[in-house]
Order: sequence, then structure tokens, then C-alpha cells
Amino acid sequence: MSDFLLELRSEEIPARMQAGARAELEKLFRREMDAAGVAVGDVTVWSTPRRLALVAKGLPEATEAVSEEAKGPPVGAPDQAVDGFCRKNGVSRGDLEVREVKGRETYFAVKNVPGRAMSELLAEAIPAIIRDFSWPKSMRWGAASLSTESLRWVRPLSGIVAIFGEELVACEVDGIASGYATMGHRFHHTGEITIGNAADYAEKLRACHVIVDHEERQDMVREGAAKAAAEAGLKLVEDEGLVIENAGLTEWPVPLLGRFDEAFLDVPPEVIQLTARVNQKYFVCESADGKLANAFVCTANIEAADGGAAIVDGNRKVLAARLSDARFFWELDQKTSLEDHATKLERITFHEKLGTVADKVERVAKLARWLAEEGIVPDCDPALAQQAAELCKADLVTEMVGEFPELQGLMGGYHAEKERLPREVSDAIRDHYKPVGQGDDVPTAPVTVAVSLADKLDTLFSFFVINQPPTGSKDPFALRRAALAVCSLATIGTLRIPLINALANAYAGLVTTALDWAERAQSDAAASASRARQTLDLQDFANRSKLLSEAQTSLRETTGAAVQAMELLKTLKYQSPNELVEKTIEVVAFIFDRLKVQQREAGVRHDLIDAVFALGGEDDLVRLLARVHALQAFIDTDNGANLLAGYKRAANILKKEDWHGVEGEIARTGEEDPLSQVDDPDMKAVVEARMAQAHAAELSYTPEPAEKALIEALDAAEPQAAAAIEAEDFATAMAALASLRAPIDAFFEDVTVNDENPDKRAARLDLLARFRAAVHNVADFSKIDG
Amino acid sequence: MDRNPQKSFQDMILALHDFWSAQGCVILQPYDMRMGAGTFHTATTLRALGPEPWNAAFVQPCRRPTDGRYGENPNRLQHYYQYQVILKPSPPDIQELYLKSLEVIGIDPLKHDIRFVEDDWESPTLGAWGLGWEVWCDGMEVTQYTYFQQMGGFDCKPVAGELTYGLERLAMYIQGVDNVYDLDFNGQGVSYGDVFLENEKQMSKWNFEVADTDALFDLFAKAEAECRNALDNDVPIAAYEQAVEASHLFNLLQARGVISVQERASYMARVRDMARGSCEKYAETMTPAWQAKYPEWSL
Repeated sequence: MSDFLLELRSEEIPARMQAGARAELEKLFRREMDAAGVAVGDVTVWSTPRRLALVAKGLPEATEAVSEEAKGPPVGAPDQAVDGFCRKNGVSRGDLEVREVKGRETYFAVKNVPGRAMSELLAEAIPAIIRDFSWPKSMRWGAASLSTESLRWVRPLSGIVAIFGEELVACEVDGIASGYATMGHRFHHTGEITIGNAADYAEKLRACHVIVDHEERQDMVREGAAKAAAEAGLKLVEDEGLVIENAGLTEWPVPLLGRFDEAFLDVPPEVIQLTARVNQKYFVCESADGKLANAFVCTANIEAADGGAAIVDGNRKVLAARLSDARFFWELDQKTSLEDHATKLERITFHEKLGTVADKVERVAKLARWLAEEGIVPDCDPALAQQAAELCKADLVTEMVGEFPELQGLMGGYHAEKERLPREVSDAIRDHYKPVGQGDDVPTAPVTVAVSLADKLDTLFSFFVINQPPTGSKDPFALRRAALAVCSLATIGTLRIPLINALANAYAGLVTTALDWAERAQSDAAASASRARQTLDLQDFANRSKLLSEAQTSLRETTGAAVQAMELLKTLKYQSPNELVEKTIEVVAFIFDRLKVQQREAGVRHDLIDAVFALGGEDDLVRLLARVHALQAFIDTDNGANLLAGYKRAANILKKEDWHGVEGEIARTGEEDPLSQVDDPDMKAVVEARMAQAHAAELSYTPEPAEKALIEALDAAEPQAAAAIEAEDFATAMAALASLRAPIDAFFEDVTVNDENPDKRAARLDLLARFRAAVHNVADFSKIDG
Repeated sequence: MDRNPQKSFQDMILALHDFWSAQGCVILQPYDMRMGAGTFHTATTLRALGPEPWNAAFVQPCRRPTDGRYGENPNRLQHYYQYQVILKPSPPDIQELYLKSLEVIGIDPLKHDIRFVEDDWESPTLGAWGLGWEVWCDGMEVTQYTYFQQMGGFDCKPVAGELTYGLERLAMYIQGVDNVYDLDFNGQGVSYGDVFLENEKQMSKWNFEVADTDALFDLFAKAEAECRNALDNDVPIAAYEQAVEASHLFNLLQARGVISVQERASYMARVRDMARGSCEKYAETMTPAWQAKYPEWSL
């Protein structure tokens, strides 16, 4: 048993790729060892910017000899088949053995694979690992790249150390030969280091200013940064992402604290933090009162001779330049009011078919106001909702958001505060993008909720209208996230959103957008024509030609706008009200799909959501969930499980008999459209009850006791369930259903459905259909698993 | 007289020239056209194509009209210098050579923190991309370091290494100066501001306010037509020059704020078509000569 060390040295590996590279190295090593039949125990992988390392402990010195045999075709089989078998197994025909299998002479290929020395195996495995290594991005380099077949690596590969026990594993990849020698720290150590074995590797490197264990370097960054902050009387703002990144950028991390000019603290703290973090990979610090302090911690890669004074000073200057840029933007942006910024949104395309961000803002403002006025978002001032929506995207045209897009919303919120707009408005501007994905804070402030919801509903409906729903893994307009946000806002805030109605409002908004374009195009065209007309009086030909060419340009633009309006109207011109409803239902179904994902974590079964959604007409997320919760509680009881079993049995019989139930039979009677009222949801229960009673009264025979009991149970349960659903008391509706469990069980026990008497058979199938219909009042049980 | 790269901008440039000249580079003078980056120099773009070794170093003035600040910003200029080195094929010790060049101009890597931070490069305009880093010195980006993988839509065979030093930034750092105009240009009392401040003021004004936009649009169209003419007549280097010209005219039009968001994409596509078309034609034109020397090689 010996230990194996592999080090692959290269030019600086991007920090973000190192974790993946460690996993890849271990995976490929295990793959190679598995293929050779070597049992691999403990494997350690390390990374620095300049090397990937793997240590496998206790590998055997050699693999054991094995004998493999394969059964081939029978003797006398066509030559082709026998030759093929030989080829596949790499043996010649003469080597085949013949044995009897079930009385037939059969060829066998027997291969004795001798044991192999581990170092030999490793020498073959290493080039395979390097060649098969998968990087997010890889490149070619050097003289060998004259051919595109040359080795690819994340950056030029510069050396291989491969030692098994104390012995070199000799191999070569693209001209790079393995050896004992590696390099220490780029600046702290010159010349090569000779590694003796896996055990002394890490320590020899440490002596040459390289900490090869990434976790140790992460600890050094984490603790060193915290210590530097504490020594300055400050608290480090923890940031694990920065810890990992800085550990991935250094072989010898030395956190150093520096100060920046206090005057920069006028800039919002998020801006300072982002500038420091994104551009410079610095930590920031807080003072005792929790406010951002004028300090940063950078992580150097050297133990500088002057204790880091020059490094800190250099970094301070760079940060100062960045922060003065940020302050310049912050001050410049404040010179314009949000309202004036918002007018510039006309220049930003939201989507070529859906117009500008200004168009969208107008729609969102109307929708937000409607959500408030209808009380869908309770306790929400419609005027504030509209105001907030009108300003919510204004910060997109600020210099600051241009520089740091992730500050959208936040900057608008700050500007609104500076302008002393109502608190509700600035909060809504800041938070209306939320929630961004699962786990993000879900706003509950009414004005914020109204704007957020309006924004997302408009986005969802608009992209479905122009047929851009997400496909597979592609969701360029983040519609899944928007739908998930709608679910979160509705469920957290218990908002009763009539989605179909709300989406119909979004539709009206889009039509208005298109009509606005058409009108604007028309008036612009008229204006440019009238300007051009004035040129007729001009004597100055040069000026005339200039004005005419301006008119021509402006007409070309207005024509473009008119065409855009026409295209959008064409998309929105549904042939019938149904088409619009179908489009809205498509969106509702999409939202409910996200609800399933969202609720999965809460332990809600997706099949139950389907069972309630399948009833149709349900577009209220909160009510749907309440029904699902009641259903889930019910299904988990004995009564529920048995009723489900009874339902499935009834449904199977009806399906087998192709029985269309009460409704089908009535239709067969030839009465004049007896179901006309059934489509009216208010009348449905009444009609069904009346039909059922008529049926019960019509029985031409004396029902058996279990049959009678089921009829009576249905007579009692149906109105109870209907009333309970009306009152949104779903637990009571379930209880009413539960009362059917014993009678349906008894019915199946005692009564023969397929009686010889056709009247009895028909009546009993009707009864089962009525039972099924009663259950469907609560949920479509056919969608439930189990 | 002894050079002092730490006290003089021009000595820093001369020190880099000496260093890269000693490494076998051809020391070129700047390309005599307005361009946004040293990468546009034919010594980089066109020479990155083909199998022949090529090592060159040069200073290239860069024009970025939208970066003009009328001489009032201490770091931003509409005209500045890049020092560019191209080494094809990329030598195995290119990183070490680069680090030595920093020492030559006075950066001590045991006193200053030098880091290679991932930064890949892509120019859709040139149909080019490469992997590499931005090199940080105490947190400041001083060099863009790239291994070209494709140019003009063709695989680079072999790969060239490109180093682009930001000269003013480096000099500010080395001289310990916070304002670019305070840089000592010649070590004998002439400052960067003496040389360029008035230029920045006037050119910023021209770029942003004065340039005749009708004329610029017209010149753009003419450059495009001439590019086509040159391509039709099999002189792709001339065509490439027109693409460089069009690219700068486009940047000027941007600075004048007369290109709408919608039009922007279409102008960029036109520049890209010119540049890529020229590179492609160049590669195709040169291929027979390249293959005569390297029979195994193909485009």
C-alpha cells in the first residue's frame, strides 16, 4: 500500500472555477481507478490559483490478476458471428474454448488479465484525466497550438508532479513530462522544489509560501479579515463569497485593512459595499453602531517587506477613484427628479413588440391602481400605488444603475426618500422587484405589493400574448420567477386575486398601449407634414432641402411606430371572447404550475393541486390552496383513503361501461336542453339535485338496502357539500364527503351493478355517476395519485 | 543619460521598448489611424492570423470619444496610450517575461501585490475572443493579458499572447501621482498636462458638441463603400483600414448622441461585417503563401 500524489500546475486558474475543478479531478481519478478495478479509499483534493492537487491514500502496489470469460455463439454458427465475437473480445479464433451449454457445443473466450503495477496504471490514467478534464472554458496555447488538436486546459498547463510512494509515475502529456519538481510562491520563492512523497507535499509548499489547502486559506482570509477589522475597533461585514474568491486568488493570503476618505460615506452604503466587493473584491466594515465604516479589507498575496503599507496605499487610491466615480453618479443623478428620469424611459426598449419601458410603466400604474381600488390588495391607497408604479422604473436611466444594474429599485428608493415622497412610495420603488426567486423576502406593505404584483402580471401576460413562454431551460424574460413571485405575494399576503379578471385588465392595458402608439404616430406624422409644408415659402434652397429631409426622417420613424402599433393590435385581436379567456387561462395554469413548485417544499402534493385545478373556474390561488389543504388533510385520513378507493372503483366501472352518467341519460330522454341551466354555476348544484331526486323517485323497482342507503347518503351529503364550498368551508365539505364512505363501501359489497335487469343496471350506474359527480364538487379525484 | 522610468513617462516607454526589443520583438511605431484600442493595429489583428511566428511591441494612441471629460477628470481621457506586445506563438515563459517587464519599469513584486484576475476578452466586431486575465497591481488593473483563440472567426493556429499595458495608469502608479495631467512626461519638467491638456479640452468639445454629424454619417457610408470596393479588388488590408475608420466614426456619432438605441445595433453590425469580412478575406488571400511554408497548415 502506498500513497499517490498528483499535482497539475498551470497559470492562474479563475477563482470561480476552482471548486468545480477539484470535484472534476476527483471524479476522473475515481473513474480511472474504477475502470482498472482498483478500490480507492480516502481521496483529498486541493486547489490554489496555480495548481490542482490530489492525494489518494493506501493504493495497492498492483492490481490482482483476473480471469474474464465471455460466452459466444454455438459451434457451427456462421463465420461472421464467430469472427465478430473474437473481435469484440480481442482474442483469436484459435484461443476460443469449447464447452457444453445445455447440450450444445458453445464457444467461450477466456481472457486472463494479469495483475498490473499501480505505477503503470497511474501513468496511463494521468494523461486520460488531463485530456478528459472538463472546464467551463478552455483554451489552447504555445507552439503546439499550430494544430487545433493540441491540448486544451483552462490556462496553459505548465507542470505535472506524479509520485506513487516515493517513485515517480513517469508520463507525458503534450510535451509536459511528469517529475518530482514543482514551484513555490511566484514571488516569495525562486527555483524549483523537489517533492519526495504525498506526505511531505503540503509542508514543503508551506515552507515556500504556498498554502495548498484551499480551506486553510479560506480560514486565513475569514479570520485574518475579522482580526484586521477588530484591531481597528470595527466589525467585518461577513461575506463568504468573498472569502472563497480571495482564497482562490492567493497562495499566501494576507488580509490588510485600509481606510478611505470619510466624505464618501454620503454615498448610500450599498453602493460603497458593491463598489468594494464587485470591482475590488474587498470586504467592508461596520462601526459599533452598525453603520458602514470608512474602512476596507483587501487580501494581498504576499508578505510585503514594508508590512503592506504600499499595498494598502495603492488599494486605497484605487478604491478612492472608484468611490469618487460612484459619488459623481450619485450627485449627478440627484440633480434630476425621479419624475424627469421617468420621462427618459421612452428611450428604453422593453421588448421590440411590447414597446418601451415607459409604455410598460403606464400599464403597471393602471393595474396597480385597479388592484388597490378593487380591494384585491387590502388597505392600499390607489393614488399612492399609481404614483409608486409611475416612478418605480425611473432609476433605470440613472448613471448609478447603468454602472451597477443590481442597484435597480434600491437607488430609486433612495432618490424618492431624498425627494421626501411618501414613505409608502419610496418603499414600493425600492422593493417592487421582490421577491426575486424562492427564499427572497416577500413584501407585505400594501403599496409595494400592488406595484410588485401589477409589474409581474403585466410581464407574464404580455410575453404570453406575444408567444414567448419559457421553453425547457430557457426563460429569457424570467417568467417563471415572475409567476413564483405572484404565488408568494398571494399566499404570504392572503390576497384574493381573481387572476382571470386581473389578466383581462393587463390585456386592456396592452390594447391601450397599441392605440397610444397609433395615435402618436398619426399626430407625429401630421406635425412633420406641417413643418415640411412651411418650407414651400422658403426661398433658401439649402434650408428647404434640410427641412424636407428632416420631414422624411420623421415620417419614416412615425411609419415604424404605426407598423409596430398595427402588429401589436394584430396579436391582440382575438376572434372571440373565448380566445382571450384561453390566453388568460394559459397564464393562470402557468402560475399554478409554479405554485406546485413553491408548495412542494411546504409538503403540499402537486397531484392534489391538479385535482382542484382540474375542476376549472378556479383562479384564486388562496382559495385553491385552502381547498388543497383540506383535501390533503382528508386524503390522509382513513375515510379519505377509502373514499378515494371507492371513487376509483366507481370511475373504473363507469369508464368500462362507457356510461355518461346522469347528464348523459337526461340528454338521451329528448327533453328540450335540460342542461341549459347546468352551465350556470349558481344553478348547477340545484339542477343536479333535482335530477337526482327525479331519478330516485323514478326507480321502477325496490332498491336493495345498501343501494337505498347510498341514495339517502347522497341526498344528505350533496347539499351539505355544496353549501360548505359556497362558504369556502372546505373542511366541512370534506366531512360531508366522508359520510359517503361507509355507504359506498357497503354498496360495492352488497349490490350487483351489472344486474340482468337493464333498469336496475341503468339506475345503479346512474347512482355511481351521481356519486362521482358529488365527489367532483370538491376535487377531481381522478387526478389524485394512489 | 540614464533612463529613469520611475520619474519619466517617456523613459518608462523606452524601458519597455528596450526590454521587449531584447526579447526579439519588432518595435513598431503607432498605426497612423484613429482607433479605439491597440488590438485594432494590423500588427495584432491581421498578424494573429496564420502560422508564421510574429513578435512585436508598439505604443498605440487610443481614441475613446465618449470617455472625454474636457480635461477635468484626473483619470479619464478621450486620447491615451496603450503599450501592446504580441507574441506568436505564445512562449512558455510569457508570464515570467511580463513580470520582468514590470520590474524593469520599477514595480517590485515583493512590495506590490501583483495578481492575475480572470478576465476573458471578446470582440464581436473582430470576430475574436481569447482567455486571460486583467493584471492587478495593488488592486489596480494595469494590464490586459489575453491568449487569442479566434480572430476574424478563424481559430488562431498557433495562439498568440497579447499584453496591453495601460501606460498612463502605470505611470501614475509608479510616479505616485493622483492626476494624469501631473505626470512627468520627460523627467525634465514637461508634464503630461503640458502636452495634452489643451488637446483634451478641444477634442472633448469637438467630440461631444461640434463634429458635423451629417458629415460623419456621410463618411461612415463612404468608408463602408470603400471597404466593399477594396474587398472586391482583393486588397483586404485596405478594406480593413476602412473598417477601422468606420468603427471610429461610429464612436464619434455615439459621442454626439445621434445614434438611437435601435440604430446602434445595426451600425455595430455594419462595422462588424466590414471588420470580419476584411479579416476573412485577408486570411483567405494569405493562405496559399502560408501553406507554401507550412504544408500541414490549413485555415
